[in-house]
Amino acid sequence: MLKVIKNILLQVYTFLKNDKFAMTGAIIYVFFFIIAVLAPYIAPYNPHEMIREGSNYMFNQPPDSNFILGTTNMGRDIFSQLIYGVRPVLMVGFSAAFFVMVVGTLVGLFSGYYGGKTDSILMRFTDVAFGIPFTPFVIVLVGFLGPSIWNIVMAMAILLWRDTARVIRSQVLTVRERSFVEAARVSGASDLRIMFVYIAPNILPLSFLYGSLAIGWAILTEAAVSFLGFGDPNVISWGYMLNDAYVSQALSRGAYYWFIPPGIFIMLAVMAGFYIGRGSEEILHPKLKEY
Amino acid sequence: MNLRWKYLIKRTGQMLLTLWIIATILFFIFRLMPGNPLVAYIDPTFTEEQQEILMKQFGLDKSLWMQYIIYIKNLFQGELGQSFFFKDSVINVISKVLPNTIYLMLTALIIAYTAGIVGGIFLAWKRGEMIESVGIVFTLFTRAAPQFWVGMILLAIFSFQFDIFPSGGVSQAGTVYSSELDKLLSFQFYRHLFLPALTLSIYLLGLPLLLMRSNMLDVMDESYVEMAKIRGVSKIRVLVKYAARNAFLPVITAMAVGIGYAMGGNVVIETVFSWPGLGRLLVKAVSTSDYPLAQGAFILIAGVMVFMNFVADILYSLLDPRVNIDSKR
Repeated sequence: MLKVIKNILLQVYTFLKNDKFAMTGAIIYVFFFIIAVLAPYIAPYNPHEMIREGSNYMFNQPPDSNFILGTTNMGRDIFSQLIYGVRPVLMVGFSAAFFVMVVGTLVGLFSGYYGGKTDSILMRFTDVAFGIPFTPFVIVLVGFLGPSIWNIVMAMAILLWRDTARVIRSQVLTVRERSFVEAARVSGASDLRIMFVYIAPNILPLSFLYGSLAIGWAILTEAAVSFLGFGDPNVISWGYMLNDAYVSQALSRGAYYWFIPPGIFIMLAVMAGFYIGRGSEEILHPKLKEY
Repeated sequence: MNLRWKYLIKRTGQMLLTLWIIATILFFIFRLMPGNPLVAYIDPTFTEEQQEILMKQFGLDKSLWMQYIIYIKNLFQGELGQSFFFKDSVINVISKVLPNTIYLMLTALIIAYTAGIVGGIFLAWKRGEMIESVGIVFTLFTRAAPQFWVGMILLAIFSFQFDIFPSGGVSQAGTVYSSELDKLLSFQFYRHLFLPALTLSIYLLGLPLLLMRSNMLDVMDESYVEMAKIRGVSKIRVLVKYAARNAFLPVITAMAVGIGYAMGGNVVIETVFSWPGLGRLLVKAVSTSDYPLAQGAFILIAGVMVFMNFVADILYSLLDPRVNIDSKR
């Protein structure tokens, strides 16, 4: 088992080393990860704190040496919100991606390995998942289940596994025919053993890549849902910051320092996910459908 | 029977099955939600009796199974129930805003696909040059940037800073169009349409542009294009006359998928620009717990998406005889 993990990590490492795009993405995530861990040391204020100077609240301060990116209309430090915002965003992105990887890989494995009826049924479910509009679905589910970060993750996980399942399935279809699988079967290995011991290690790198694509989609969707006001009210994410800026008339006041930085951070995080997930390849050579 | 007809029938069956499953999932999502679904509708001052009458009116006194049968029967008849918030039938509420969504979507699709096709040819032409990388990086940015954020920036610049375009809605405050035709003939309407349509087209641009570019590069390797090059036909002529014509068809097919995307993308963009369309209606329905309306709007969006996927598949198999429909799952 340890050997398998070591092997996978080695594969991921060689992949990163040889792919300029993927390396860029990985560096961006390392950077965000460091910010998330060191947030209390980097951020000068508590992101929820309404800052006062003497008896005056510091509402709508433009950027200066005290407030690098100014303050919100409630007197909160925008830079600190931006720094702390990394945490929920990474949490949502990575946990959604984890579910997507697990569910997508399992569905793809069973579908591709067993074929026949199992395959038809599982692939019909995948078709249904493709027919459901993603953002509206997440909004409806989160809107009715209640605004919490875990509801957002769950709503996304219910649909996002669809791409992974399709790709893993077609990969399993080819791996299944390889001679070492045949050898295992002849020597009497059970179906489950063949699937998880012989086939799974060959497809895991692919599910890692699709997982990182999912990080990008999840971050983008969390931002949209929070922007629409269905986000977790206790959590300051970048989408929440943009919602706050929008409803507090930051646009008409020309407070660019408020709403530009969160968007750039979202964009960076999403691009990093796309880059690692061989997004560069997927995105540069889109195929209309996968057959 | 002809193979293509068989495929069409099979694919139609699949589409109907998908729609039915989506409708069923939706039914259970809304029925099994915590709390009374009528909570938004019932005033605390209502008596028990009044509440019961209401429950009966919405059919909520029947068993879940009966409710499901009635729901599916009503769906077939195009009956989507009563909106709690607007106190009107869901069909009426939706049909009032649907034209706005269609105008926004069509305008954005036309802009995005025209710009995407031209841009794709251009990037294929400039292959290997600096400008190609710049174009690709720019396109990646448009795909990674949240649409609502792009909309916010456009609003801040063009509406609030320079006051060139209005900040939202379909008409100036206080004015109402007397009819759909009046709206379409009014200059004001197009001023209101500009920014949301631009935002949506930026969001939609990536797919046609990159698809056109990669198709062009594929087609350029084909022998008839090689032949034309050897015959000394100019580069521009080869690109436009020989390559683009053939690279273009799959992009048009992808437009069907684009309509599906646009329906989903609309939700956020319509909210940013207070555009009274289907997407904004869905957001409003969800935030006021108006579940018949949310259900109706969602079914319509999902229906369009499933249908457009179907159209794309059919078109794709018709346009490209190389697609072996028999070997499809």
